[in-house]
Amino acid sequence: MLSIALIIAITLVCGALSLSLWRLLAGPSDPDRILALDTLYVNAIALLVLLGILLGSALYFEAALLIAMMGFVGTVALCKYLLRGDIIE
Amino acid sequence: MQEIAVSALIVIGAAFTFIGSLGLARLGDFYSRLHGPTKATTLGVGSLLIASVIYFSTSGSGVSLHEVLVTLFLFITAPVSAHLLAKVALHLGVRSIAPPPPQVQSARGAEGAATDQRSAPRGSGSGASTTRATG
Repeated sequence: MLSIALIIAITLVCGALSLSLWRLLAGPSDPDRILALDTLYVNAIALLVLLGILLGSALYFEAALLIAMMGFVGTVALCKYLLRGDIIE
Repeated sequence: MQEIAVSALIVIGAAFTFIGSLGLARLGDFYSRLHGPTKATTLGVGSLLIASVIYFSTSGSGVSLHEVLVTLFLFITAPVSAHLLAKVALHLGVRSIAPPPPQVQSARGAEGAATDQRSAPRGSGSGASTTRATG
C-alpha cells in the first residue's frame, strides 16, 4: 500500500515539477520566473522527502534542508536585485 | 494503521503540491499565480514531512526530528519570499486582470482632469509609468 502511494505521489510531484518548469520558461514577466523557480525548489524538497521514504534513508533530509536554505537566499537575492537594482548596497 | 496514515498523508501532500503548481501554470495574472503555490505547496510539503516523521519514528530507532527543521524553515521563509515577490511585482507595475476599485478610478479621473487643466509634464510622467507597466 505504501509503495502504491509512493508511486502515485512521485508521479504527482514530477507533474508539478514540469508545470513549474513550463512557467519558468514561458513566464511573461520577471517575477513570474522568480516565483516559478521558488516553486521548483519547494517541489524538489518534496521529491527528496519522497525519495527518502522510498529508499528508507534519512540522508536525504540534509539535501532537502540545503535546498530550502539556498532557495530562500536565491529568491531574496533576485527580488532585491529587481527592487533596488543592486544586491549589496 | 501506521502505514495507512503515512500513505494517506503522502497522497494528500503530493496532491496539494500538484494543485499548487497547476495554479502556477494555469491562473490568469501574476497576483493569482502568487496565491497558488505559496499556500498549497507549503501545505503539501508540510503534509509530506509529517508523513516522513511518522514513518521514520515508527520504523527506525527513536524519534526522528530532522524533518521538523525543514518544516520550520519552510514555514518561516515562504511568506517572506511571497511578500518580497509581491513587492517586486508592484514595483515593476505588473498588470493585474482585476479591475481597479472605484476609489482608485475616481482618483485617477480627478488626477487626469487636473493634468489636463494644467497640461503639465506630470501627464507625460504618468504616461511613461504606464508604458513601463505594460512592459
